[in-house]
Amino acid sequence: MSTQIWIYFFVILTFGLYIGIAVWARAGSTKDFYVASGGVHPVTNGMAIAADWMSAASFISMAGLVAFMGYGGSVFLMGWTGGFVLLATLLAPYLRKFGRYTVPDFFRTRYYSRVATAVAVLCLLIASLTYIIGQMTGVGVAFSRFLQVSNTVGILIGMIVVFFYAVWGGMKGITYTQVAQYLVMIIAYTIPAIFIAFQITGNPIPQLGLWSGYEETSAFLLEKLDSVVKGLGFNEYTTYFRLSKTNMFFYTLSLMIGTAGLPHVIMRFFTVAKVKDARLSAGWALLFIAVLYTTCPAVASMARLNLHATVNKATLQDNGDFFAPGNSLVYEDRPQWMKNWEITGLLSWEDKNNDGRIQYYNAGTSNQSILDKAAAAGWEGNELTVNRDIIVLANPEIAKLPGWVIGLVAAGGLAAALSTAAGLLLAISSAISHDLIKGMIKPDMSEKGELMAGRIAMALSVLFAAYLGLNPPDFAAGTVAIAFGLAASSLFPALMMGIFSKTMNKEGAIAGMLAGIGFTMIYVFAHKGFFFIPGTEFLGLFGGKPNFIFGIEPNAIGAVGAIINFAAAFIVKNMTQKVPDDIAEMVENIRYPKGSGEARGH
Amino acid sequence: MDKERMEEYWKRNLKIIGYILVVWFLVSYVAGILIVDWLNNIQIAGAKLGFWFAQQGSIIVFIALIFIYCKIVNNLDREFDVLEE
Repeated sequence: MSTQIWIYFFVILTFGLYIGIAVWARAGSTKDFYVASGGVHPVTNGMAIAADWMSAASFISMAGLVAFMGYGGSVFLMGWTGGFVLLATLLAPYLRKFGRYTVPDFFRTRYYSRVATAVAVLCLLIASLTYIIGQMTGVGVAFSRFLQVSNTVGILIGMIVVFFYAVWGGMKGITYTQVAQYLVMIIAYTIPAIFIAFQITGNPIPQLGLWSGYEETSAFLLEKLDSVVKGLGFNEYTTYFRLSKTNMFFYTLSLMIGTAGLPHVIMRFFTVAKVKDARLSAGWALLFIAVLYTTCPAVASMARLNLHATVNKATLQDNGDFFAPGNSLVYEDRPQWMKNWEITGLLSWEDKNNDGRIQYYNAGTSNQSILDKAAAAGWEGNELTVNRDIIVLANPEIAKLPGWVIGLVAAGGLAAALSTAAGLLLAISSAISHDLIKGMIKPDMSEKGELMAGRIAMALSVLFAAYLGLNPPDFAAGTVAIAFGLAASSLFPALMMGIFSKTMNKEGAIAGMLAGIGFTMIYVFAHKGFFFIPGTEFLGLFGGKPNFIFGIEPNAIGAVGAIINFAAAFIVKNMTQKVPDDIAEMVENIRYPKGSGEARGH
Repeated sequence: MDKERMEEYWKRNLKIIGYILVVWFLVSYVAGILIVDWLNNIQIAGAKLGFWFAQQGSIIVFIALIFIYCKIVNNLDREFDVLEE
């Protein structure tokens, strides 16, 4: 079978599986989602959280970013796993004891105020919408390769599919469908990694292959990679910082506390049976996520090496000469995967020196000896442009793996992107129709009206996200990082103070959230445009220099926003009325696990 | 449970969380970022130690931390008779 047929085969097979499980689970149980998952075992719940959590950013985009950022990409690896330690110790058990269904429910009760709830819903909406933009970027990449169309057409098709997927809805929230999605994703991610690790290091375990020797050469994989990228004028793989130590510190912190502040993950901890299960679920979730996250560095480094090996033969030799004539790949002889990705527009070649060969190096390097060598060899600039988001999907093709592996990866990528995008759309629609319109503006709205409002909200969000996905503020994982920053600067501090401070009042929480997210949005929008709309950047107001606060990039500023949130909250709290006694007592009560009872609505 | 016991339970719980978060901070922010260049001087079979912490070691420690936390705090709950069985 050809690769393309394998892709269709696996995509249809896996989606049939999800739908089948959804139908079966529905028929088997008339209880609704909340009650049903109340009895879910921590291991199963952990797997469902992992499926919810791993989106297009983790599956499609992250390894590509690490491949090109090297050590600097560690911010994603540490940032998107370390947050679970915060969840397990600081939030999950207490939110479970608190016993509400959703994050706005928590705000309504703990901060005894409609304004506080409205502000929390607003923060939730801003973070989730940004998150979806990142997902749409990933959906576009997956669909463009899958259907062999341009990236723009890929996003438009993806938009329609995501909308119907979310409206149909039942898929999400059914724990067993998510278990199936997790398994598909993890198999699709690890199988090619195992093949590739074995192929180029002789060790089939990617996590160990990363530290093994490279092919026929006498070097270790990472040593070889360092020497190859340095030889071509790129930054050293294992040591190059993402901007600076300060920036990496805040980037990692922002992703970690954002993890603990994102409503669609927090929600899963409300519904386990016991407080101790809430803690344990976080552990299992991280274990399942870590299967992908520890495979990622191996995928990243091996994909980067394979890419260089494809376009320059010297990569495969000890002390090979990259600039020797004949080592650069002849364009006409390029492998099929390059042709496939050229159609999408995400990979392109421009023959600057008209020699019919592909020269791939960093022409902007400050290393003069490399520039001299390139000039002597007749190179006139870098000729190959590779979008970082294609690395994971292209990886099995680059390594010349069989067609069925490529089909499997396509199915995994689509599952990751679609499930998270649909889940976020559902969260947005329920926040708007249930918490905002029904809860505050029009309490007498009928159930039908609520459903309608939810669908309109979904349609508008997906249009907005697709529009910005066409012109994304960053690669998929970068955009998602911004979403985490927004959650980190608004929801996490308010949740944490709601649990750990008996004296935090509504005025403090509101002031904190507004200050935190306000600061973060201004900083991000100054760099990336007002609500990410291209051309509306306003860096000029701040002197025109990017990263003007301690050299921190906008993707990492959420951690600073969180600090501002805490500070503003405590200042305002001390100037305003004391928290009511019954609320203080309630906070006291959530500290002790016994007697958590069932999760309640409001 | 009387007020004093409750306060003691909460204090001990906070202390456990404190220890866990110290380790969490050490393996990621300290070993993986702040002193990474210094740790990179230590190489085991071609692997730079700082790079290892940043891309693999920290994640493994995070998993262990959560399970260890569950174990310790369950014991604490049992001791103070607040564990749900």
